Amino acid sequence: MKAMFAGFAAMIVLAIGGYFILENMHFSTAEVSSSDNVRLD
Amino acid sequence: MIRALLVALLCTFLALPAAAQDTTAPETDRSATGGAQTLDDIMRRQEGLPVAPRGDADIEDTAAGMANQLGTLGGASDSEVWRALRYGHDTVEVSAGGDVARVLMQDGGMKWWQYREGPMSRFGAYLLLGTIGALALFFLLRGRVPLDEPETGRTVTRFKAFERFSHWMLAGSFIILGLSGLLVKYGRDYVAPLIGKEANAMLLTGAKYAHNNLAWPFMLALICIFFLWVWHNIPNRTDITWIAQFGGIVGKKHPPAKKFNAGQKIIFWSVILLGGSISISGLSLLFPYELPLFAKTFTVLNDIGITALFGMDPLPVELAPQEEMQLAATWHALVGFVLMAIIVAHIYIGSVGMEGAFAAMGTGEVDEAWAHQHHSLWLEEVQAKQAEAPEPGAATPAE
Repeated sequence: MKAMFAGFAAMIVLAIGGYFILENMHFSTAEVSSSDNVRLD
Repeated sequence: MIRALLVALLCTFLALPAAAQDTTAPETDRSATGGAQTLDDIMRRQEGLPVAPRGDADIEDTAAGMANQLGTLGGASDSEVWRALRYGHDTVEVSAGGDVARVLMQDGGMKWWQYREGPMSRFGAYLLLGTIGALALFFLLRGRVPLDEPETGRTVTRFKAFERFSHWMLAGSFIILGLSGLLVKYGRDYVAPLIGKEANAMLLTGAKYAHNNLAWPFMLALICIFFLWVWHNIPNRTDITWIAQFGGIVGKKHPPAKKFNAGQKIIFWSVILLGGSISISGLSLLFPYELPLFAKTFTVLNDIGITALFGMDPLPVELAPQEEMQLAATWHALVGFVLMAIIVAHIYIGSVGMEGAFAAMGTGEVDEAWAHQHHSLWLEEVQAKQAEAPEPGAATPAE
């Protein structure tokens, strides 16, 4: 069962890692589709 | 006296046009439009004829005249302009936003929304609930597929650690992706009434983050699974026998099979092809407008004659960026529903549906009796290899 839990753990790590990488790339639609003149808050 | 007569005559002449105008504006029945202007009103206005006043027309005649340079067109509609805007034949130029911002009108969005809220929601639910219901009924009728022979106590390694790791990464991410996708689709209609809109909004925000970010482990595991098992999933002659005997699930025969039987091969190729398709459409949705898929796909389908083969009109090859996204969302959900139904069946047979099946992916070790019953050809291959391999720790003869 270790492989199963390792698979789940890797899934969580990859998801969180993917989130931070994409955030640093400013990938969200809100950011991609706007400019500095647009207030997103 | 004469002066008074002249004044009276003048008043009469001056009043005549007004009187004439009143009489030329006929009473118009506007019941069909609920009191708003009718086509007849529009036609009369365009011809410069007076129009009978209507109740909601207090602001009538306050627009600039048609001859005015900046005036409106009055009741006349420039249908050519609107048609061009609607069908994308316009020459709209924008300073920012590119092709996406050029689209001022996209009535395909309404068709997409109606399809998404109507048939897709309905038939998607029928498919999933129907699959679960059919499996429950099958379980009641057939019960668990038992192990016919007594366990030997000797085990063989069915799946190595990396195979199980990849499988569970794929399975875990797909289950959460499926559930979060269903929440996004049905949450507002079925979950919000139960837990309230605020709680539903929080749940959907979490579902969005999960759905967006679990895409990566899903795709990575899909690639791993493909390379690990593709060789074992190439169809061969044993699959015909397996299918002819319904894989032993119906009836009592247990057809021979290698590492994967025909049913597992169907699951494998469904996961690879449908999962691959979901991944591609999902990437298109993750990066909006940057990965348009459908105009090119439709061009290829038209060119190779698929549409003509089915007697269909050619598929549209000029799609607005928004239409590309709508088609990607629709395709993503449709393929997702089909794959979810297949995976529900896979989960059933790998857990409650068959005795001893879970151990194969749980610990990776299966009893030889189980392997003999379900994968006899594979067991023979494994045993033959074990017989050929030297005993661990055996002395190597000197040269």
